[in-house]
Parts: sequence; structure tokens; C-alpha cells
Amino acid sequence: MDFERSALPGIGLLHVLTTRRGRRMGVISHRTGRRDIVLYDEDDPDSTHATIALDVDEADAVAELLAASHIVERLAELDQQVSGLVSERIRVLPGSPYDGATLGDTRTRTRTGASIVAVVRDREVLASPDPAFRFAAEDVVVVIGTAEGTAAVARIFADG
Amino acid sequence: MGLLLLEFGGLLLGLGLVGTVAARFGISPIPLYLLAGLAFGEGGLLPLSTSEEFVATGAEIGVILLLLILGLEYSAEELVAGLRRSAPVGLLDLVLNATPGAAFALLLGWGPVAAVVLGGVTYATSSGITAKLLSDLGWLGNRESPTVLSILVIEDLAMAVYLPILTTVLAAAGVVSGAISLGLAVAAVALVLLGALRFGRHIERFVASPNEEVLLLKVLGLAILVAGLAHQLHVSAAVGAFLVGIALSEPLAASARQLLEPLRDLFAAVFFVFFGLQTDPGDFAPVAALAALLAVIGIATKLVTGYIAARSAGAGRLGGARAGAALIPRGEFSIVVAGLAVAAGVDSDLATLAVAYVLIVAVVGPLAARLVEPLLGPRLRPKRPPAPA
Repeated sequence: MDFERSALPGIGLLHVLTTRRGRRMGVISHRTGRRDIVLYDEDDPDSTHATIALDVDEADAVAELLAASHIVERLAELDQQVSGLVSERIRVLPGSPYDGATLGDTRTRTRTGASIVAVVRDREVLASPDPAFRFAAEDVVVVIGTAEGTAAVARIFADG
Repeated sequence: MGLLLLEFGGLLLGLGLVGTVAARFGISPIPLYLLAGLAFGEGGLLPLSTSEEFVATGAEIGVILLLLILGLEYSAEELVAGLRRSAPVGLLDLVLNATPGAAFALLLGWGPVAAVVLGGVTYATSSGITAKLLSDLGWLGNRESPTVLSILVIEDLAMAVYLPILTTVLAAAGVVSGAISLGLAVAAVALVLLGALRFGRHIERFVASPNEEVLLLKVLGLAILVAGLAHQLHVSAAVGAFLVGIALSEPLAASARQLLEPLRDLFAAVFFVFFGLQTDPGDFAPVAALAALLAVIGIATKLVTGYIAARSAGAGRLGGARAGAALIPRGEFSIVVAGLAVAAGVDSDLATLAVAYVLIVAVVGPLAARLVEPLLGPRLRPKRPPAPA
């Protein structure tokens, strides 16, 4: 996947992506923080068909939506990049001893050395949960650590 | 005093009303400000009597603010990168668009000084009008837009070299002192670019302030001071302000821009009006045909420039046409150049010609840009390959 990157002097940066399905879209990053999403004409790759201007907060919200599943995928790639580290996705099953307990209660880091870096709930990613974070059934917990460490975390969520 | 307030207040209010019309039809207010100036000036509908001196000072500050903000838009890195990447295109732009003006002046027998002036008038695209046009029409994402914007950057850089040349030529100084002040100007431009790349942070530390009021006063004060200094050295006040803008970079430049833009809008409007004031509408008749001819040529040369530049950057034929149309408008630069010439006492026909030229081109340019796609789109847009039956 390649982004064509071009400078727009005085304005900012333009990144253009041609998707696998052949559509071209771009993002203009204004220096002011404004972001434009650009959709290109289906027949003419040079011409914009529509431009949607987003304010900073709107762009953030869209980015968060798009990145939700992405963060998990990227974590999965991590274990190929950093030898010895793996990431694991662990589902909190109904009836787990930690369904309703806080992250602090699990003491996973002290017990296993592995870190819980994110929790996926209702297809939303809650990154870096703090110790007061309360788990619920059907949460997917993203753990990073050694193979033994992450396996131990899985056991903790299953059996306590 | 009361009369001055009455006149100046009425003038601003009038400009506001004119601006409303411009916004309503999505055109640049610059030609309308010029027209307003014509109406308020000598031989116009409502000649001003007491506020002309005040307006003249305001116009001077308007030029400084125009160039200061222009400098703030670009970082030294962008200018250097632009110069490295787009030098051939910039040269094409210069040759194609400065030649008609210069040739006109020579053919009319106005002499070499007028040729330098009129070349500058026909050369520079209005980066204000064009950048706004690209944004308003949703063209920023188009393939040709980086090319169009880098042409604007190069032109601005060229202005930083050209304005000192112009002031030297206009001062009709001898060859030696002319060469000295020109060398000084080029050295100053190079020094500031280099300094901004290397030591920008120190200047910023001096200027930076969390207090908006303090920041505004410091930046504006610095710009006017350097502009004055540049003027004393015969380097052109406008260039001094431009260099101050270049030396400041993000994020300081962004906050300074935000603070200064309302001031720029006010004083730039005053500047355009002031230029209109100095032109007698009665003088238009003799130069009207000339201005129209020059405008037709100026439109054609920018179309060719944009087309060639965009095509060589990989855009299609429609992209080339759009680039050409976007580059047509001339505005603030042409008037700044003509203003310097008038102040130096060059033939007043030249100023009238410049006003008429800018009036035509600043109005036709945005209209042409709006019409490119509806008119040429069906013919130039690549056809979708027929679906297999």
C-alpha cells in the first residue's frame, strides 16, 4: 500500500492512496489542523470529485473510528518485528473470575510480566486502560509480553 | 478631525459593502477595491479631501502587511525546496509572462525603466486570489495543484529579488550605487534564508510570547522596523517585511498569521483603494484598448505556463487547463509594483494601464477557472473504457 505524498506549499501536505479496488482518495493535512478528505473522479485520476473538510476534532473522531481495528492488527504484527515478544488477544468469557473486576485486581503485570495494552469492547479500542478499568464479559484484552507471559494472562482470565 | 473620521469611516463602510458583493458572487474583492478607489479619487464620484494623507500611510502599512503575511505562509525550507524542484518551471513562467509587459513598454516608447515595471506587472500571479480559488473550488487535491502552488512560491521568491532591482532602477541611481544596493538586496535575501534555516529558533525565542497582544506588537514592530531599515538601504520596504515573515516559522508563524490577518485585510484594502485614488478615471479611455490587448496576452501566457507545467508534472490535459486558468489572476503584486513606479514619478499612463490590466485579469481569472471544468471537462476528461458487453 503506497501513499503518494506531495507538498502543498503554504497549505500543508497531500497524501493520495489508490485502494485495491481502484478508487483514489486523498487526505489534505492543512497546517491549521484542518483535514480534507478528497475523493477522486472514477475516470479521471487527476480530478477531485468531492472534498470534505474536517475540523480538528472531527478529523480525530474519524481517525479513531478508522483506526479501531487497525491498532489490534498492528499489535499482531508486532510479534513478527520484535523477536521474543508476542501479542495475544484474550476474550473475557462470561463467568471469568475477572468479569466485573478491575485491571488492578488482576495484578497481571506483577504475576506474569506481560502488559495489557488495550481492550476492545463493542468494536471500540480502549487504549492503555488504567488500573481502575473494569472488565466485562466479551471484552477482548490485548496483551503484549513473552509467550509464557501472555499464556499466563490467558490462564488468569480463564481460571483466576 | 471630524471630517477625517467621517471620510475614513465612510470609506471603510463603502469597502465593506463592496466586499459583501464580492463574497456574494465568489469573486476577489481586489478589483472592486480598486474601483472604489477610482470613485473616491480625483475625477471620481466622491473625491476625498482630508483623509488622503492618512490613507497614504495606511497603504504603506498595507504593503508591509501583505508581504509579511506572505513570508509567514512559507518556511525557508519550503522556499529552498521549491526553488530546487521547480526552477525550470519558474523560469518558463518568468520568461513567458514578464516578456509581454516589457515588450509593450518598449514598443510604446516608454523606455527601459517602464519596461522593468510593466514586466513585473504582467508577471506575477496573485498568490492570494489563486490560493483562495484552489481552496474554494475544491481543487487542492487535484494532480496539478502542487505544481500551481510551487509556481506561486517561486514567484514570491522572484519578487524578493525583483523588488530591490525595481527600486534601484526607479531611483535611477548610477550603475555603481545600483549594483551595490542590488548586491546588498541579494545578500540580504540569501542571508535571511540561511539564517532562518540555521538560527530561526533564536529569532523565535525573542519574538515568542504566550500573550497575543505582546506577540502582535513584537511581530508587527519587527516587520515595520526591518521594512524601514530596508527602505533606508534602498532595498524596498516590502522585501524587508517579506524576509521577517520568512525568518519566523511554525508554530509561531501560524499564530502570528492568525493575529495579523485581520490587520492585513484592513490595510491591504486601504492600499488598493489608495492606488485607485491616484488614478483618474478619465485617463482610462486612451489606455483601455491597450489594457485589453495586454490582458488577452497575459491570460494566454499564463494558460500556456500552467498547461506546460502541469503536464510535465504528470497531470492530464484537463489538469493542465485548470492549472493555466488558476494562474491567470494578477492582483496585489502587480499593484505593489505599479505603486512603487508611481511613487517614483514614472509616467502616469503606466499606472492607469496597470490598474486597467489588473481589473480585467483579476475578474476574468476566477471566472475562467470556474468555467474550465464545465466547458472543457467533457472534451478533455479521460473517457471510461466501454464496459465489456
